[in-house]
Amino acid sequence: MHETTAPPGAARPVFYEREDHAHGDGGTLLGFWLYLMSDCLVFAALFATYGVLGANYAAGPSGAHLFDLRLVALNTSLLLLSSITYGFAMLEMDRERIGATLRWLAVTGLFGAGFLGIELYEFAHLVHEGATPQRSAFLSAFFALVGTHGLHVTFGVIWLVTLMTQVRRFGLIAENRRRLLCLSMFWHFLDVVWIGVFTFVYLMGVSR
Amino acid sequence: MFSNLDLRQLVFGRLSLEAVPYHEPILLWTFVAVAAGGVALLGLVTWYGKWGYLWREWFTSVDHKKIGIMYVVLAIVMLLRGFADAIMMVTQKALSVGASEGYLPPHHYDQVFTAHGTIMIFFMAMPFVTGVMNYVMPLQIGARDVAFPFLNNFSFWMTAGGAVLTMLSLFVGEFSRATWLAYPPLSGAAYSPGVGVDYYIWGLQIAGVGSTLSGINLIATIVKMRAPGMTMMKLPVFCWTTLASNAIIVTIFPVLTVALALLSLDRYVGTHFFTNDYGGNSMMYMNLIWIWGHPEVYVLVLPAFGIYSEVVSTFCSKRLFGYASMVYATAVIALVSWLTWLHHFFTMGAGANVNAFFGITTMIISIPTGAKVFNWLFTMYRGRIRFEVPMLWVMGFIPTFVIGGLTGVLLAVPPADFVLHNSLFLVAHFHNVIIGGVVFGLLAGVNYWFPKAFGFKLDPFWGKVSFWCWLTGFWVVFTPLYVVGLMGVTRRTQHFDDPTLQPWLTVAALGAFIIMAGILAFVVQILVSILRRERLRDVTGDPWGGRTLEWSTSSPPPPYNFAFTPVVHDLDAWWDMKRRGHERPVEGYRPIHMPRNTSTGIVLAGISTVLGFALVWYIWWLAALSFVGLIAVALAHTYNYNRDYFIPVEDVVRFESHRTAQLAARA
Repeated sequence: MHETTAPPGAARPVFYEREDHAHGDGGTLLGFWLYLMSDCLVFAALFATYGVLGANYAAGPSGAHLFDLRLVALNTSLLLLSSITYGFAMLEMDRERIGATLRWLAVTGLFGAGFLGIELYEFAHLVHEGATPQRSAFLSAFFALVGTHGLHVTFGVIWLVTLMTQVRRFGLIAENRRRLLCLSMFWHFLDVVWIGVFTFVYLMGVSR
Repeated sequence: MFSNLDLRQLVFGRLSLEAVPYHEPILLWTFVAVAAGGVALLGLVTWYGKWGYLWREWFTSVDHKKIGIMYVVLAIVMLLRGFADAIMMVTQKALSVGASEGYLPPHHYDQVFTAHGTIMIFFMAMPFVTGVMNYVMPLQIGARDVAFPFLNNFSFWMTAGGAVLTMLSLFVGEFSRATWLAYPPLSGAAYSPGVGVDYYIWGLQIAGVGSTLSGINLIATIVKMRAPGMTMMKLPVFCWTTLASNAIIVTIFPVLTVALALLSLDRYVGTHFFTNDYGGNSMMYMNLIWIWGHPEVYVLVLPAFGIYSEVVSTFCSKRLFGYASMVYATAVIALVSWLTWLHHFFTMGAGANVNAFFGITTMIISIPTGAKVFNWLFTMYRGRIRFEVPMLWVMGFIPTFVIGGLTGVLLAVPPADFVLHNSLFLVAHFHNVIIGGVVFGLLAGVNYWFPKAFGFKLDPFWGKVSFWCWLTGFWVVFTPLYVVGLMGVTRRTQHFDDPTLQPWLTVAALGAFIIMAGILAFVVQILVSILRRERLRDVTGDPWGGRTLEWSTSSPPPPYNFAFTPVVHDLDAWWDMKRRGHERPVEGYRPIHMPRNTSTGIVLAGISTVLGFALVWYIWWLAALSFVGLIAVALAHTYNYNRDYFIPVEDVVRFESHRTAQLAARA
């Protein structure tokens, strides 16, 4: 064990910070990352559940019977485009243009709402065909995973609308920039999760 | 047309007067006692006109110190409840042998052991550990608060809300009978149709939100808010264990949330995740719940290890032996804790290779733990040990925990586990590590940091009484359980046919009363210390000759913790400052930037608790209303941009001059 300190009597170092230093704001972004990673584990557990139960059809319909890939392709492109438009909103935010920021946010929100609309249509269609969450463990796991993602997008849209009103009212102040950044991470995160859903649930589902 | 019944269901769901268990004398008298105590408490607060004070200074406070104290108070209250369950269990076991049926019928006994496990882990150990971390960690790293003060307040109230919902089940309806981890299919709608499991689910979900958020909060605090000069390898060991524990929290609580959410979908919507039919798989639940459950024990014990480390180096007046190895051991324990969950169901039939893998990971985890034990022993070696109460707890902990660890390694051998699975031997093992590891650590922590929080020490005499009662009581309870468990007696048994077991079980029951004496002595210790506070007063802020930064400020610390942020040059920063003759600055104060109190946390948690209650009882309109209310309050809160203020410099000067005068008077 080495001692790094000088012997007593040597010149005394500074033990207190006399000047106030500015508080960095990195804490919020780190905290938000941590939240996203914990949310990622929510999805990991749901994916694992789907992986275990996803072939338990209980003599009911399978993914190959149920999924319409054209609809899912449309859905996926809406969500991926919404990520790009969110990126444009952030670029406009950096240029301090409130109007353009709000316009791109509105486009993003519309894409998100479109995604949700198609997902709800798909769910209604499945239920109509008798493929309800109660029909088999496969369908329980499917609705839980895809539905949880959909709920996240719903909250994202509500949050987006709230932030738009706040940017309109208070401008692109530091707090609002930070919030837009957090929502941006949230939105892209949902995109990444959706790519997993698209691949593991839909693409592999129709080929199984 | 609505008949009367339909209308009643619409308004009250499945809640009716029948839900109040007035026909059960034990519950009725408990209710009477709790109600009388509650009314007396509320009456006293009203009589002394303290509601405004409590609301402004405590309930809405975002000060990490006050939130930490509230966590610990919650934990101690829940300890009393959980321990009452324990006493009921052991006395039932001792009485219900042969021809006698005891006094707890099976449906009540099953609720008691379920509530005991649930409360002790989720509402005693978790808030206790979180409270100590909350109080101590920011002070040790020289910070003025946590990274997200509002979130901290919200997290506490969510934990309290979950506790309220769980306690409510005692008097309105019933609690779960499906054990503390609610295994399906027993916990499914088919076999547990009542409200018990729903109380369990929503109590834990609400508290779980609090745990996850406080995990995120404390990690961000340690990573971002350390005092200048405090590199990660100069971080006090307690902060390292806090970091590891919260890293585990953030990774495991989401899995618990999913497991419980899927279980509630099975119960409420009729899905087939864990049912026996339509392709459900109940072993999936076992896996998910133990992916949470096994790391959870390290969430609890790692901060306790941190407390022992702080206490042992302080009371041996020596730097902790093997600081770096302590840090690495903590990290390895955290990592391996994610890889051992399957040892909770070796008997599932996953096959020899899977069992061997998880058996080996489980044994591996004992290596870094053993390294820690040797570090504590080597710290004591040739140290000037002061046998104050916190140090006694360490001395009691080391042999107790080592024996618990050894029985754990024994259980990690899959063939041995096939024999001992589900026996009282297992029960004795995990109480051995949780009481001997976690509870002893927390009680050491309370005795150690109490003078920091309140400005006076706890009475040592009653502390020693409490310690010796706990230690002997623990062994008197669990040695017989080890013995009968080894002979094959299963856990969760309400009645025993074999009369030869009765002597063992009677000894265990006597031991529980010795532990009860220990708990009472702890309560007496607090009361006596409050009465004798002037005699036990410490004005230096450093009553034990401490080594870390929390001892450098006054006791209790001012709201801003440090008038000037300390600069760290060495491990054991405060020891270094004292050794090299630091001078406490007495002028040049500035206004200090602090977060503002807010009532949003308690309001949100209150609405969440109502939401949970409505969901338990199928009161759908109330559930919808409170859900909308929850969203509305949360959104409204984001419109409040006025979240911080400056403590005026006059207030800082007043606090600090008072301390200067106190220090001068003593010198």
